[in-house]
Amino acid sequence: MGNNGARSTEGRVVGAALPRIDGYAKVTGAALFADDMAFPRMLFGRLLRSPHAHARILSIDYEKALRLPGVVAIATGRDLPVRYGILPSTQDETVFAIEKVRYVGEPVAGIVAEDERTAQRAAALIEVRYEALPSVMSIDDALRDLTENGEKIHPESRKSNNVHKDVHLTFGDIEAGFADADRVFDDEYFFEGNTHAALEEHSAVAICGADGKLTLWSSTQTPHYLHRVAAAVLEMPASRIRIIAPPIGGGFGGKTEPVAHELAAAYFARATGRPVKFTLTREEIFYTHRGRHPVRIHLQTGVKNDGTITACRLQTWLDGGAFGSYGVATTYYTGALLPVTYKMGAYAFDGCRVYTNKPPCGPKRGHGTTQPRYAFESQLDDIANALGLDAGAYRAAIAVVPYSRTINHLRVTSCGIREALSAVAERTDYGAKHGKLAPGRGIGLAASAYLCGAGLPIYWNPMPHSGAVVKVDRGGGVTVFCGTSDCGQGSQNMLAAIVAETLGVDILDVSVCAGDTDLTPVDLGSYSSRVTFMAGNAARSAALEVRERIAAAAAAELGIAPERCAFASGRIFDRDEPDRALAFVDAARAAEARCGTLVGVGSYTPPADLHGDFKGSGVGPSPAYSYSACVAEVEVDFETGEVRVDRIVLAHDCGRALNPSIVEGQIEGSAYMGMGEALMEESAFRDDLHRIPNLLDYKTPTMLDTPSIEAIVIETEELEGPYGAKEAGEGPLNPVIPAIANAVADAIGARIFATPIVPERVLQALDGTTGPLRLRAPVAARTA
Amino acid sequence: MLRLPAFEFRPVRSVEDAAALLSEYGSDALPVAGGTDLYANMKLGLFTPRVVVGLRSIAELRRMHFDPAHGLRLGALCSLDSIARDPAVLLHYPALATAAAMVGTPEIRSMGTIGGNLCLETRCTYYNQSADWRKALGYCLKRDGDLCRVALHSPTCKAINASDTAPVMQAYDARISLVGPHGARVVAARDFFSNDGAHATVRQSDEILAEIALPPPPRGARSSYRKLRLRNAFDFPLLGVAVAVATNEAGACTQARVLLGAVGSAPIEVEGAGALLLGSHFAAATLADAAEEVFRAGKPLENANASLLYRKRMLRVLAQRALEDVAAPLR
Repeated sequence: MGNNGARSTEGRVVGAALPRIDGYAKVTGAALFADDMAFPRMLFGRLLRSPHAHARILSIDYEKALRLPGVVAIATGRDLPVRYGILPSTQDETVFAIEKVRYVGEPVAGIVAEDERTAQRAAALIEVRYEALPSVMSIDDALRDLTENGEKIHPESRKSNNVHKDVHLTFGDIEAGFADADRVFDDEYFFEGNTHAALEEHSAVAICGADGKLTLWSSTQTPHYLHRVAAAVLEMPASRIRIIAPPIGGGFGGKTEPVAHELAAAYFARATGRPVKFTLTREEIFYTHRGRHPVRIHLQTGVKNDGTITACRLQTWLDGGAFGSYGVATTYYTGALLPVTYKMGAYAFDGCRVYTNKPPCGPKRGHGTTQPRYAFESQLDDIANALGLDAGAYRAAIAVVPYSRTINHLRVTSCGIREALSAVAERTDYGAKHGKLAPGRGIGLAASAYLCGAGLPIYWNPMPHSGAVVKVDRGGGVTVFCGTSDCGQGSQNMLAAIVAETLGVDILDVSVCAGDTDLTPVDLGSYSSRVTFMAGNAARSAALEVRERIAAAAAAELGIAPERCAFASGRIFDRDEPDRALAFVDAARAAEARCGTLVGVGSYTPPADLHGDFKGSGVGPSPAYSYSACVAEVEVDFETGEVRVDRIVLAHDCGRALNPSIVEGQIEGSAYMGMGEALMEESAFRDDLHRIPNLLDYKTPTMLDTPSIEAIVIETEELEGPYGAKEAGEGPLNPVIPAIANAVADAIGARIFATPIVPERVLQALDGTTGPLRLRAPVAARTA
Repeated sequence: MLRLPAFEFRPVRSVEDAAALLSEYGSDALPVAGGTDLYANMKLGLFTPRVVVGLRSIAELRRMHFDPAHGLRLGALCSLDSIARDPAVLLHYPALATAAAMVGTPEIRSMGTIGGNLCLETRCTYYNQSADWRKALGYCLKRDGDLCRVALHSPTCKAINASDTAPVMQAYDARISLVGPHGARVVAARDFFSNDGAHATVRQSDEILAEIALPPPPRGARSSYRKLRLRNAFDFPLLGVAVAVATNEAGACTQARVLLGAVGSAPIEVEGAGALLLGSHFAAATLADAAEEVFRAGKPLENANASLLYRKRMLRVLAQRALEDVAAPLR
């Protein structure tokens, strides 16, 4: 597989496990990330951050800092007063705090200096006087009645107390559904917050040209949204701002919205006329955050004795941190996708997101669907056990069917959930093992669904979600221009593959120009697993437009009808007589001679009928859904409570795999990330401070903790996807966490209702206590 | 990325030169070997030396020699990796090989030295944080503050000695050579670690840890090191238990030392556990009693990445396992 010589003779790109076009640059270090960039006379930026979780800013005095030799400029909130936020409904942030600070680590001022050390020293010289306010550090705190005393984190909010958003949706007759149930399962869960831990630290470099035009390179997954917000915050025309997304060293949702350091870089470049770079430290990334929300979950499910779900009521409370971020969408997402996996007679969802004095939470891989999925799949396992059903077969029996509508009116097209479930169950012999392994050993199963792109854009508009231009050079080279941002998932390769396949050329003959607001048509960005589906469709349309013109010219040269032209291996040939052929480059020249400059354009807009007609129906619809299933096998040490994952088998319905090795990579990465969330990762706070804002103390699994991961690619034909493709970037993560939770439950014979499943929680479950750990020796009978 | 504060780097080729430089600059200078601990702490603003004296080029401190009559001599610059792989260490001092192999990551073991690991700065969740974080906290007793955040009424710092090799060295009754501007002195491992979180060891600021000497393994020697951590690499110990015993021809215990790491500011010898083992044949009941002694002796505080209750409970489990390690082959 992936043999360079074989590819051009086969003429097939889609479906082949070719090496990534950007692979060599990434593994050799040749790829230039934002922080690799440098310009003559470049200044280095530093943000002064709040030491208080909640305080009023009384004064800021930076005269002393400004006098430090090497310091060039300093700015505070009053210099950049425009409020912004990724969602039009939640414009609650400013680049630097104004009047109040709302979490430890919130930017209060920015400094640019000749070098990093000077900028850092200057930050320490800025004197800020604060008046401390009571801090709100938990969901319970945030829901406490403030009418007597206390100040809201956002006093201008119209919601009571510190509520940011509440949502109430009901589908079907929920009371009748519960009345119809033979049994009702009623459980509470807590999913701990965690962070993305992308390897690349966020970096932004800005220059302002002599013509007044501003260029900003930033490790952003959403250059288009950054473009809009930069224009608003800097109060200058978007036409004078150019955003470029260089290669990004991992995002996972952590780089999907404009944040302070990017806007500060742009501001200071304009203010000083010199290039400016801001690169965050790892600790600053823990404060910038936008990571997984901690969510408290109350889940009630009514079932018939055969397991049929008659009613499901889900309540979620999201700890949003200090700002809105994508939180309104996150709140809806905690409810929107549960019915996409299984049929249910009625469904009620209540979601509530609160503000707290912590770094803002936002989207992380699986955006808002991961937490309730953990709860639901945990409870389904308990239901299956209680009813004496095989957990895999049970899920298959209640799974949604292809080409149907869910109880919350979402349109389901292709659906490989049954194939995924049987693939993981068969590979692991799940049925023979579950409930039958030796004490301390366990096996668990779970399934899930995910979006292939949000059906609606973040700001309402009737324009396409993605656009692409394909240009053919007289030398036979092809360039595809598209506004996508490659955060490591392989979107560059995806665009090249689709264009190469459509035009029958070698993938290395296709260049990709992406993520540049001056040069590329808009793509909304790398979030909600939308890029392959939407940008892929746009690129395919653009390539087809070019192909049509080349076919017409080639047909004239070959003396055949254009419909008979086939494109493969760098040739255009007669489908019926393959020896009658023209080199691609010659056909392209003929086409340019006939019709002028050879450019094709394409765009993609999702269908309009994806969702129901109710308030809140905008979050959840997608042109297609991916499906996943996972089995995990674990070993639990009854004395220490340590959980060792021995094996993860993860099957994912990605539609058609455009490149199976990239799909497998995404599945493996999802298994790894899910395992970390299940067992060790947590955004932990002590008093007002993030307790572990570094990668030594914030635990992610090492190679030595990672088991054998078996990725199974399930292919379905998605009629609306580019070459049948759906998504693979986020979906496979979701079943991993409940699969591990279910395996632990199988191993210890008790359910742990919270993540991460750290050793202490395992011991509490074994002790049958949820209170403080008892100090007695472990129960002898349970010792393996 | 966090940047190192500016400093002057002064590499030296002999112990004498190092001691002379450290003496000359006093509290403005610090020695560095592998740098895996010091540089990370400097980035956090915990140390801001004007001069850093580089020891890596002192060839004589790289020697490692074992002979059955005199035991093992380890130059302080021997890398943790080289110790973990050395055949003589693996054969005669297996707990040391285990402990060295469990430090950090392959990169850290390759750069990090045994001398550095023994001089490891004490650690605390309130201390090993950036300058900005500690400012937001209001600082602590160990650096810039006057309050121990772990034990509010404690007059002394409660930071943890988190060296993996320290309890092992003490279990083997190692001797540590220190060389200063006025000559050399030898200190027993048990006297080397000061039970004060503010100062990890008795090494004076102008002294260099030059060599570690381990006595020859006694007859019937057995040893083990067990480490509690949250993942299998890149983790300081939440708890460490080192056990070294010797036995006579009849299989009875003639020597026993049980040491706890990462509980207090110095390794803690549980003499009660050793006393229980002496003369015994490592019966299950004896081991359980010894583990109980360990459980009683260790008093962890709320200053590591797991709760004190969990670490307290794990004392017994880890001790039991370390004791089983040395007892099992003798049964």
